[in-house]
Amino acid sequence: MAKEAKVVEREEVVVRFSGDSGDGMQLTGTLFSDTLALEGNDISTFPDYPSEIRAPQGSIGGVSGFQVNFGNGKVNTPGDQADVLVAMNPAAIKAHKKYVKPGGTIIFDRDSFTERNLTKAGYKTNDPVEELNLQDYHIVSVPVTTLTREALKELDLDNKSILRSKNMFTLGLICWVFDRTLEHVESFIQTKFRKKPIIVDANIRVLKAGFNYGMNVQATAPRFIVDKAKIEKGTYRNINGNMATAWGLLAAAEKSGRELFLGSYPITPATEVLQALSARKDLGVKAFQAEDEIAGICTAIGASFAGDLAVTSTSGPGLALKSEAIGLAIMAELPIVIVNVQRGGPSTGLPTKTEQADLMQALYGRNGESPCVVMAAGTPSDCFQYAFEAAKIALERMVPVILLTDGFLANGSEPWKIPAMKDMPVITPRIAKDPEKFKAFARDEDILAREWAFPGMPGFQHRIGGLEKDINGSVSHDFENHQKMVNIRAEKVARVVEMVPDLEVYGDEEADVLVVGWGGTYGHLVTAVRQLREEGKSVSLAHFNYINPLPKNTEEVFSKFKKIVVCELNLGQFASYLRDKLPQFSYLQHNKVKGIPFEVHEIKDNVNEILEN
Amino acid sequence: MLVMEDQLVYTPKDFKSSNEVRWCPGCGDHAIMAAIQKAMAGLGKKHEDYAVISGIGCSSRFPYYMSTYGFHTIHGRAAAIASGVKCANPELSVWQISGDGDALAIGGNHFIHTIRRNIDLNLILFNNKIYGLTKGQYSPTTDRGFVTKTSPFGTIEDPFIPGQLVLGSRGTFFARAIDNNVKLCQEVCEEAAKHEGTSVVEVLQNCVIFNEGVHAEISNPKTRADNQLHLVHGKPMLFGKENEKGIVWEHGHLKVVELGKDGYTIDDIMIHDAHEPSRAVHMALINMSLPEFPVAMGVIRAVKTDVYDEMMVKQIENVQAESKIKNMDDLLNSGDTWVVE
Ligand code: SF4
Repeated sequence: MAKEAKVVEREEVVVRFSGDSGDGMQLTGTLFSDTLALEGNDISTFPDYPSEIRAPQGSIGGVSGFQVNFGNGKVNTPGDQADVLVAMNPAAIKAHKKYVKPGGTIIFDRDSFTERNLTKAGYKTNDPVEELNLQDYHIVSVPVTTLTREALKELDLDNKSILRSKNMFTLGLICWVFDRTLEHVESFIQTKFRKKPIIVDANIRVLKAGFNYGMNVQATAPRFIVDKAKIEKGTYRNINGNMATAWGLLAAAEKSGRELFLGSYPITPATEVLQALSARKDLGVKAFQAEDEIAGICTAIGASFAGDLAVTSTSGPGLALKSEAIGLAIMAELPIVIVNVQRGGPSTGLPTKTEQADLMQALYGRNGESPCVVMAAGTPSDCFQYAFEAAKIALERMVPVILLTDGFLANGSEPWKIPAMKDMPVITPRIAKDPEKFKAFARDEDILAREWAFPGMPGFQHRIGGLEKDINGSVSHDFENHQKMVNIRAEKVARVVEMVPDLEVYGDEEADVLVVGWGGTYGHLVTAVRQLREEGKSVSLAHFNYINPLPKNTEEVFSKFKKIVVCELNLGQFASYLRDKLPQFSYLQHNKVKGIPFEVHEIKDNVNEILEN
Repeated sequence: MLVMEDQLVYTPKDFKSSNEVRWCPGCGDHAIMAAIQKAMAGLGKKHEDYAVISGIGCSSRFPYYMSTYGFHTIHGRAAAIASGVKCANPELSVWQISGDGDALAIGGNHFIHTIRRNIDLNLILFNNKIYGLTKGQYSPTTDRGFVTKTSPFGTIEDPFIPGQLVLGSRGTFFARAIDNNVKLCQEVCEEAAKHEGTSVVEVLQNCVIFNEGVHAEISNPKTRADNQLHLVHGKPMLFGKENEKGIVWEHGHLKVVELGKDGYTIDDIMIHDAHEPSRAVHMALINMSLPEFPVAMGVIRAVKTDVYDEMMVKQIENVQAESKIKNMDDLLNSGDTWVVE
């Protein structure tokens, strides 16, 4: 008689899929995450892949991972460590063991423990469990390859195709472990391979074989039950940061009535923004894959001059290449959105990893006095709202806006309540109306923005350019005029503060410690602060999405706390910026530059230490 | 401005701005601008539909002297910016003004890719073979061995022949003109404007300050009949004061012959075909140089093929006709969604 599987009820569970780059771990992880979301959990995901597309098979360097955290409440991070690791080969166990909670479950393909694979992964013995000291973990050893072959023995399939469907076995097994249906996965397979019925058949057979295997050998695996999350009513979808960014820009184009032009050059991890917008010809997007980063922004500046909502997307090294052109947009006072999906730097750095070290570059990385608006999205789905806002500010204030996201947000996904376009804010571009009164650099007294007139509009013919100008748009070398224009451009950006919502405090408005963060660290910081507060600690969080200008109430918020600790994935760029802007406070720092997000426990440990001192 | 029978007729003056022209007296730029203003006046486009985009350099001050929409941008990037302007509004007549340094050195990458895409721009390349604005350094079109401030012992590198780059980038239109022949400049600019696709016009321009006389051998009124070959599509390639000389194609090469000598008659002279897709003859014509050959002027190549901005519009229309997604709400609700109640 089969023993009942041990059933564990949990609020949150973290699963990590690890295997060779070619094992389909990203797809497996995505399908499982989508299933979780569709069946009512809140999730947060984190793909973690090497920059080599196909690193040597079976090697440590070639291990690709996908982590998902799901729960019955709000899930803000993909989780520090996994409860369950699904490993497709010995290299995956070795490389990702460190991401498993002590005593966690490791499910692996024991057929992959061939001498060759063990050697390639650098094992000295043929027993990884013993060698890696995994006795305290819950080990589930499954002959995945054999069972996959077995499931497919009636089909006429070549060896390669058989091995390729192994990931479906683990996916089926994991769906059983977490009590999820195969519905979504099956319908995905049917659509994806509809032209190849044999592949549909094979994948579904293997998927079911995995699921049934779980059921049949249930005694060997603890089974997790995670209730559905109690989330706000509405229609939801899963979205990652890059897609949300692209869609936010599309929404802004629709709301503003301007056509969307994207000039961009492929660069990890920002390429998906270009891809997502290239796919949207149906919404009239003019996606221009330029010859280089500079042409990416310059075509966008041209499009802006001619009346489009113009955008360029890139990552750190690309932002460096665009700096001169950003200066031109500042000087010509043209609206443009520059999306910078930050990655590990400097130079080529860590292309597939996340970091927040482009802040200073975004704020100051140009010649001359060249302020622009700098914003940062906080979560993957947040990118939609902030991309929209960035476009709104650019169009209404005639300024370049840099939107910072990062590799973690770009690839991470979470369920997102779909907004209705009618509820989105209005965007009113500053299009000139009266040719008689029009002067290229005449401006609104309050917001200091000039008007936008573009070729094709009769009566507004004018010239602009990178040289300093007087009010009429004529070149001016007059020193008084230069001083005035420099001041105006700075003040114009400063006055964008009127569009910036007040800084919100998570937790009490007065407490011992204020955790300060910005951009993509939101999920980890809010989780840490929430847990600390649950433990009775006097801690709050102030998270920034607007960096230049800072929210009006920043000073007031800061003044209510005994200590402020600025947490960021760099050596302290935002802390330095705050010291410059609000020197009356002293700032502690918590910095990490490993190319990976914060872990919740790190933040908690650090805050606890601050509380004790 | 006169409006006649639905056709817009401007005078060149309608294209002059009130800004004082600051080029050196005697600079070739003055004449080229006059030619372009004349060309624009007669093209039948609305004044507000002209956009003039430039990079950096002496010639790039051009937009300030025009009364059209104008954008004086940054060094080398005019082609990219002009491309963006055209994509944003394909109805516009977009002109790029660049010098040899701007277009072929710092802007070389944008130059070749713009041409490759065949975006409908008129790219006027002012070639004075020197950096004027920075006061006399050698450029990518400066002849080997030439002494300049940065090559006091002569340059040790070969120059670009702009037409070669245009053809190498699959260019569909290339013309050459010279600053002391305003009529020719005007004609080729008109042809450039009418051509659909990237039209490159190389204008040999004299910099009186830093490279005086660089094109003198070609431009000299006394010798120009012998030193220039004016190409006209469909017409024989004749030159010389009395049109007594011509070009023939022999053994895969061009050759200068004299009519009536060595048995050559008018029937042997090549007829210029600017529209032939093959690049071979056009390349040979571009390469002709003194003293062996006259320098080819006029429209050397004008070939019709797909134009980027037209294709962009068509592709959008085609996809829009097919797609179920008509607006943002459709997109937001497409694919896998679920309802929480
Ligand atoms: S320096 Fe030369 S190119 Fe420049 S304006 Fe004077 S003559 Fe013309």
